[in-house]
Amino acid sequence: MIPAPFDYVAATSAAHALDLLAQHGDDAKLLAGGHSLLPMMKLRLAQPAVLIDIGQVEELRGITASGDELVIGAMTRHAELAASDLVRAGAPLLAHAAAQVGDPQIRHRGTIGGSLAHADPAADLPMALVALGGSVEVRGPGGSRVVGADDFFAGYFETALEEGELLAAVRVPSRPGVPWGYQKFVRRANDWAIVGAAAIGGRIALANMGPKPVRALAAEQALAGGASPAEAAELAAEGTSPGEDIHADRAYRQHLARVLTRRALEHQS
Amino acid sequence: MQVKLTVNGEARSADIEPRLLLVHYLREHLGLRAANVGCDTTSCGACTVLLNGRSVKSCTVLTAQAAGAQVITAEGLGSKDSLHPVQAAFRQEHGLQCGFCTPGMVMAATSLLAENPNPTEEQVREGLEGNLCRCTGYHNIVRAVLAAAQAGGGAAPPAAGGGAGQEAGQ
Repeated sequence: MIPAPFDYVAATSAAHALDLLAQHGDDAKLLAGGHSLLPMMKLRLAQPAVLIDIGQVEELRGITASGDELVIGAMTRHAELAASDLVRAGAPLLAHAAAQVGDPQIRHRGTIGGSLAHADPAADLPMALVALGGSVEVRGPGGSRVVGADDFFAGYFETALEEGELLAAVRVPSRPGVPWGYQKFVRRANDWAIVGAAAIGGRIALANMGPKPVRALAAEQALAGGASPAEAAELAAEGTSPGEDIHADRAYRQHLARVLTRRALEHQS
Repeated sequence: MQVKLTVNGEARSADIEPRLLLVHYLREHLGLRAANVGCDTTSCGACTVLLNGRSVKSCTVLTAQAAGAQVITAEGLGSKDSLHPVQAAFRQEHGLQCGFCTPGMVMAATSLLAENPNPTEEQVREGLEGNLCRCTGYHNIVRAVLAAAQAGGGAAPPAAGGGAGQEAGQ
């Protein structure tokens, strides 16, 4: 399978990428690691006229501690995230989630910014960001803004990114030692979650239980009110409206959400 | 467009269409046919090569994205007279049946051992989860990777240079 023809430009800096976005508008797509976009282009589900490659933009890479947050450059690859001492100490849930994405080859190429901007509701990192209560730093022609995880994901493959904007960095709270749980139900190695659940510090996020990663708010409230993990987990699917596919119908996904939430709450690291 | 990259230690300058996938560049432009196109959907790993020392699926990398990078294919790992320790271990342990997945398995295993020179059996199985063998010959493949680790395969650089595990040129 071969993508439809396109023009390719390698951006040399974030500012250069923003200029190129402004110049090409809707015809252009940003290319990060390419492990979501290129498969879609090969299937001709996406046919951008221009690809702006930001994969080599050094200022968009790297992980630093800033106050009580970790700041992760958008072009940081999953393998780097999973192996980072800073992330493993301050946000081990995120390091674990990065290690669950695809397989080693995919983790050598895919980036956190690419995965979040792609916004697949079944993916690991969007769920992790919502569970952690992180945020993303967005740069555009008018400057920078920070968007919280709960507001960033808008729907199936849709985010709060506006035309001409670029996801520059990801921020997550650094909370060493806070217990967390992570559950991903798959039938095949290197697959997306049929349903996933991630829990930390009273927040619970679910993957593939709707058009975007969602919070299990009823279960969170029950936990805050003193319910046991098992009691709270019974409420995990409340208000959800998951899609149906060859892997699972709606009722089965809701059952999985309850079971995986209980496990994420009971088996914490 | 013009792309400069290094393949199996040789500097290359390619005049290509931007949409040319790395696996097609290797196979059709350079005649390096070790990397196979299996699933063509980033699943099977038959097209695995090393890009700056790390395993990647070359069906999901544009040649343009490899500009300035070092690419190593199974052809550049060792030679017929002097196999790389991972290749030698696959032969010794009969880590292949039909052979279609083998170049990808060998490259994935080389990357795995560069990152973790002494893996457990479980780590080998997890480390190869991106590579499918439809003969289902996994037991001998895992045995071969463990034997390669014992023989110090993780420290052995490819014959063509561009040491595994180093992200040169990024």
